[in-house]
Amino acid sequence: MAKPFRPKIVSANDLLSGDVVYLDRAGTWTRRLDAAAVAETPGAAEDLLAVAATQPDQVVGPYLADVARPHAGSPPLPTHLRERIRDRGPSTRPDLGRQADLADDPGSLFAGDGI
Amino acid sequence: MYRYDEFDADFVRDRVARFRSQVDRRISGALTEDEFKPLRLQNGVYLQLHAYMLRVAVPYGTLNSAQMRQLAMIAERWDKGYGHFTTRQNIQFNWPTLKDIPDILDALADVGMHCIQTSGNCIRNITADHFAGAADDEIDDPRPTAELLRQWSTDHPEFAYLPRKFKIAITGSPNDRAVTKAHDIGLRMVRNDAGEPGYEVIVGGGLGRTPMVGKVIRDFLPKGHLLPYVEAILRVYNLLGRRDNKYKARIKILVHEAGLEDIRAQVEADFAHQMAAEGGPMVAPDADEVARIAGYFTPPAWDDLPEEDAGYMAARAADPVFRAWTDVNLAAHRRPGYAIATISLKPIGAAPGDASAEQMRVIADLAETYGHDEIRVSHEQNVVLPHVRKRDLPAVHRRLREAGLATANVGLISDIIACPGMDYCALATARSIPIAQDIAQHFSDPDYARTIGEMKIKISGCINACGHHHVAHIGILGLDRAGRENYQITLGGDHTETLAIGERAGPGFDADQVVPAIERLVDAYLALRDGPEETFLMALRRLGIAPFKVALYKDGEHDRAA
Ligand code: SF4
Repeated sequence: MAKPFRPKIVSANDLLSGDVVYLDRAGTWTRRLDAAAVAETPGAAEDLLAVAATQPDQVVGPYLADVARPHAGSPPLPTHLRERIRDRGPSTRPDLGRQADLADDPGSLFAGDGI
Repeated sequence: MYRYDEFDADFVRDRVARFRSQVDRRISGALTEDEFKPLRLQNGVYLQLHAYMLRVAVPYGTLNSAQMRQLAMIAERWDKGYGHFTTRQNIQFNWPTLKDIPDILDALADVGMHCIQTSGNCIRNITADHFAGAADDEIDDPRPTAELLRQWSTDHPEFAYLPRKFKIAITGSPNDRAVTKAHDIGLRMVRNDAGEPGYEVIVGGGLGRTPMVGKVIRDFLPKGHLLPYVEAILRVYNLLGRRDNKYKARIKILVHEAGLEDIRAQVEADFAHQMAAEGGPMVAPDADEVARIAGYFTPPAWDDLPEEDAGYMAARAADPVFRAWTDVNLAAHRRPGYAIATISLKPIGAAPGDASAEQMRVIADLAETYGHDEIRVSHEQNVVLPHVRKRDLPAVHRRLREAGLATANVGLISDIIACPGMDYCALATARSIPIAQDIAQHFSDPDYARTIGEMKIKISGCINACGHHHVAHIGILGLDRAGRENYQITLGGDHTETLAIGERAGPGFDADQVVPAIERLVDAYLALRDGPEETFLMALRRLGIAPFKVALYKDGEHDRAA
């Protein structure tokens, strides 16, 4: 049986800064995972990647990453530890990465259980 | 230490200028990422999880104070205030931006440093015994050889596109601190029966997904024959090494598949061909050049001192913290009245190998004031002051304490090698640093750590084994099991001249089960050992792995689903 499709976002690294970025609904790049465009079907995921591929000089290595949406329409959450760490910063250095600017609960931005 | 001549300096500046133009063209869109990636890798620029990473070569782990200060400046000005010393004796910066990297490379060139050949399928930074030129067990100083190899291998046109990366390590001591048997080529400086200096040449060692112990391809190679012989090995590898499968492309696989005898015959044939050339082999350096290089490594102007110093002894007697540090972090120097001091970059709870800019400056100051301006980076991710007068040790220790650098744990259970793992590395399958931190915290009692004695724990965040877990007494490999971190434990590895690959103990452990697992192993060892003189590794060799496996998995305390 085919695996059920998991919602996806496109992530990459910004060419100039190397920062982790996500493709948003306007087809531009944001540093906020919760503002990323979410593809709910394989076709929509392909379309998102195609949009990313038109901007090869802004980002490096765009790829599809799984996300979870606890409720329909709610902001996407990373499902894998790797994506959580990319989103927030090194788990050993809360003073570095995007997490340094976030006031919210460290557990609240993750839908996986690997941490 | 070696100082660049005009040729070296021009070469490095030229490479920086070229890379600056390549970066400009990438930013303007004139170069695609596919075109740019090999160029950035040739200059040590990786893209990791959060940012670019710049790997700076520290040739054979040797730095002076000016270089260390420049690294501190770079960390502060263009990074986030720290750097990470690696098992390749290099330093990595985790957060540079692409447009700043040419400026960083220029700043490195100002102090005779660069990032060339720290990546890609080429001959990488030559590594060496971090106690070179200081150790009392040394037969010969390996650094002139390492420098000769550095010059030979830098931009070597024939070996710029090897089947895979190629690592050479060298030791001048019978006690191998350079892990020579786990390198593509390992060199051990030896003397023959006539007392002439030469090398035992080891080939085909390596860690990674297929760990292998290197094999002796030549018992004794006269010193002057080194470059033609190494060139012959590289040539045979370049020709026959597999390019069809990245995972089978290292020379260890070639030696394994073709057999040592076959490879030896081909290497010797190429070597003989070179030796027979009119005027001798092209790559053999002339005596003047060898002497010129060796001249940079003459010992510093050591004082004539008695072996013991009254002030040092008094400080030891008066201050138990200082005494503990000297007991653990010092090694015997070849010169009376001197010691080799290892500065642990493993403060309890810190990321192994990380140093802040401020700490780098303290190390630089200490090297300049008390250490003949010499600093070494060890593959164990510590920093070494190789020549310190014993009478200066109390002052050195005081300053280290103020800087949070006086942890007395070298060689003990909390002196853990850990690769960056999933907190930084794009290839990782699990995190390494938090596991190291948890173990160090758990065994933070210095008396208990000393009771346990010599213990090498090494952690890798993926099968690539940058954390040398295969050659650890207790090795830990982080894997991803259905999106969850899982840690495999190996037992009985050894990174020394008796190099051994650890044996996988059994099913892996969840992250929060690693510390209890290590504790059970330690408890078993303490219960089973013959006495304090019998180290963990000795006990494991005497008893075999079985009783330790029983302890590890007693009560089914592992993740059964593994
Ligand atoms: S062992 Fe794996 S995770 Fe660790 S630094 Fe090497 S490639 Fe990265």
